[in-house]
Amino acid sequence: MKAIVNVYLKEGVLDPQGKAVHHALGALGFDSVENVRIGKQIVLDLKAESMREAEKEVEKMCETLLANTVIEDYSIEIVQ
Amino acid sequence: MRIAVPQFPGTNCEFDTKYAFEHLGHDVRIVWHEEERLPADIDLIVVPGGFSYGDYLRSGAIARFSPIMKAIKAYADNGGYVLGICNGFQILLESHMLPGAMKRNENLHFVSKHQYLKVENCDNRFLRKCKEGEILNIPIAHAEGNYFIEEDGLKKLYDNGQILLTYCDEKGNPDNPNGSVDNIAGICNEARNVFGLMPHPERAVETVLGSDDGIRMLEGFLS
Repeated sequence: MKAIVNVYLKEGVLDPQGKAVHHALGALGFDSVENVRIGKQIVLDLKAESMREAEKEVEKMCETLLANTVIEDYSIEIVQ
Repeated sequence: MRIAVPQFPGTNCEFDTKYAFEHLGHDVRIVWHEEERLPADIDLIVVPGGFSYGDYLRSGAIARFSPIMKAIKAYADNGGYVLGICNGFQILLESHMLPGAMKRNENLHFVSKHQYLKVENCDNRFLRKCKEGEILNIPIAHAEGNYFIEEDGLKKLYDNGQILLTYCDEKGNPDNPNGSVDNIAGICNEARNVFGLMPHPERAVETVLGSDDGIRMLEGFLS
């Protein structure tokens, strides 16, 4: 099973990298961009009995290590 | 006085820290992060700067789970004094021993220079030899020093006098090198025994290196 974890700064927490990239896109003429948020993707190969069990386990990993929930949110996608 | 300095893979300020406290006449023990126990009879723990675990994932995020951190947390829970400098501050934040979190510097640069700091609160062990409003000249060197805390947490820091140092210019006007909330450079916990700051007082103990203002800070811990 694979777990795809996306970690990104919470809404309302200024994302300096996103802001710089937004500015660069504007300078290149991509005027349609309204906002840019940059996060990271963590892909895990894991053994689990069920997708539900895998998701529970990965959620624990996110809360403990993968995300700093003071400033970051995360999303988990489990793929067979 | 005896001081313990934990060393993680990627730590690089442990010897500067040792030098600085030895310069002040104290006994310093460097402790490898896999140790589960701290040396006996220590009076202070200084978590030094560097790039523990290569700053992978987030600065301090992995070091937080090193065996020695359990002993450090227990030491602090018992009222022992703990100071985190730069990456040490980041480790204490990740360990939830101090509130808030660090983000990348607003300008995305690694900033390495001398920086003026204003002493906001000296009613604590760390800065008791300084005066409120005093301006100190201390080097900074970091890419993730953009301190963040949500509004309620920030209010609590103000209410309890936990904001100890802010970034300023020579005259004391706000001068923010990294985007840190309210120019915060250093804080303490509510119990006032755990301290964290991004600047490096251990690099400012001799005038030949530009400043010895760090002595007044580090001396606070010494009886």
